[in-house]
Amino acid sequence: MTKHRPRGDLNRWHTLRLQTLVVFMLLCLDTGILQAQPSGFMEIAPGIYLRPGIQQNFSSHNRGHIANIGFIVGKQAVAVIDTGSSYQEGLALRQAIREITALPIEYVILTHMHPDHTLGAAAFDQDKPVYIGHAQLKDALIRRQTYYLDRLKEVLGSTAEGTRLALPSAGVEIDQEVKLELGDRILELQAYPTARTNNDLSIYDRNSGTLWLSDLLFVERTPVVDGSLLGWLKVIDDLDQREAIRVVPGHGPVVNEWKEALADQRRYLEALLSGIRKIVRKNGTIEQAIERVGQEEKDNWLLFDEYHGRNVTASFVELEWE
Amino acid sequence: MTTVSNLKHNKLVRKVVQISLSTFFLCTLMITTLSAAETDGRWHEIKTSLFGDRAIQNGEDVIGLETPYRALDAAVVPISIESKIAQSQDNYIKSLYLVIDNNPSPIAAIFHFPGKHNWQSLSTRVRVNAYTDLRVIAEISDGNIYMVNNYVKASGGCSAPSLKDPAAAAAHLGKIKLKLPKASGLGDLLSTQLLIKHPNSSGLQFDQISRQYIPANFIRSIQVTFNDEVVFTADSDISISEDPSIHFGFRPEEEGVLKVEVKDSTGRTFNHSVDLPNQEKG
Repeated sequence: MTKHRPRGDLNRWHTLRLQTLVVFMLLCLDTGILQAQPSGFMEIAPGIYLRPGIQQNFSSHNRGHIANIGFIVGKQAVAVIDTGSSYQEGLALRQAIREITALPIEYVILTHMHPDHTLGAAAFDQDKPVYIGHAQLKDALIRRQTYYLDRLKEVLGSTAEGTRLALPSAGVEIDQEVKLELGDRILELQAYPTARTNNDLSIYDRNSGTLWLSDLLFVERTPVVDGSLLGWLKVIDDLDQREAIRVVPGHGPVVNEWKEALADQRRYLEALLSGIRKIVRKNGTIEQAIERVGQEEKDNWLLFDEYHGRNVTASFVELEWE
Repeated sequence: MTTVSNLKHNKLVRKVVQISLSTFFLCTLMITTLSAAETDGRWHEIKTSLFGDRAIQNGEDVIGLETPYRALDAAVVPISIESKIAQSQDNYIKSLYLVIDNNPSPIAAIFHFPGKHNWQSLSTRVRVNAYTDLRVIAEISDGNIYMVNNYVKASGGCSAPSLKDPAAAAAHLGKIKLKLPKASGLGDLLSTQLLIKHPNSSGLQFDQISRQYIPANFIRSIQVTFNDEVVFTADSDISISEDPSIHFGFRPEEEGVLKVEVKDSTGRTFNHSVDLPNQEKG
């Protein structure tokens, strides 16, 4: 599906989702599934808890709570998936876990290097978990740590206090099969070749058919290219062949009709690809490409003005070597 | 002749590296945002080390500088420099200094021109680590020095001024492209783009686990010649983006060979050349 989705439709989506949520909650009440949940968290499938990120740019106002983060509870252990932007956000996540279960937190899975996903990790040091990510995550974090931590202090001020890097103690290689056993619950980890970043990792929970794609999929929010445009499009082709009941994106709501969301993202990235290629062929410049490429997508995405120019820039320097 | 210019060149490079290092250590001590006074202090230090107490004049009538108001991608910030004076044998821009005050290594590049080509404009791409003044200082053949500067805001979000894919960068290292207009005749001003595949990486990051620095690997010098006469040379540093790109104007009056020689900090040399008029596809 490569249909244009205008802004009006977006509102309809919200309404639809709200309706679905209400129906779901009623069902839960009826069956007694709905338990008291830590504030800000929702149980999207049995034992899978999500704290949805705010669809805004990183700021002191939202305290950096912009990424989808959460955790999965098995019979014997808990796995955290992404940790938020700061030590404090990590602590809040840990607190939420402790309100639900006393099981040991054995794994902290980091889906990629970005600060809104990784900088809360040190809050779990006391649990002595295995910090696990893509095999290239450690190098990527080391290269960026000074910049990330400095910027965090600039933006969050005192909220950034205590934030430090927790580096992965285990890495998943591309094409390696890694399974984490949580007790009657197995998580399958997959590492990808350079796509959204050079260290993207997905998690699949067999029990519930939930695929946690994190930032390999953006829903409603402008996708951000920080690895390779061509690589990401290739990975999208592969993901399109997969089956899953629901997908958790890195930003935006959990989706059941996730192949449509994937197609929306592909359409945006392909607009970048074809637009930039035309300008590169004419020996054009980045500035020209920023002005002209992909503007037809403007109304389809949140935070377009904040991120589109960056995407054009990053993709331009990739495509001029084709 | 060559020996003299080489000597001078080496001295300059040493100077650049010294300043880069001292300012890097200074930078690591200052964790929070630099105050205006600190920023001015920084520029004062750079200025003194490059020009001593020579006077620097307002350069608005000599050079134009275009920079984005905000760095969209911190790793790739395009900048354009325009010469507002025609280059003639007795009045030409001898050197252009590109300075980014608040970067770990503030002197991004120093371009040198022999004054034979009326180049008009020059563009490149730089890394921007923090909110900063970005300056271009032109030294004219008569000894006068002029400066223009723009303020550039750092990027938002997850954009960091680092390598996106170190493995891919290493795999293609040293490849060079010269992109010229498809149709061009002798005597035309050719808008030429030089592209070099190189990580141009700082190596400033300390690996907490191995307790070692990631080694620096960046381009130190670029020389472009036409029929063995220098078009321009550049001493460069880590503030220049990965896969450095330089757009320059150049007017060939005869058939010949446009050559590029690139040297990096690990001692490697990379070469590339094209025959003009242009046969290579753009």
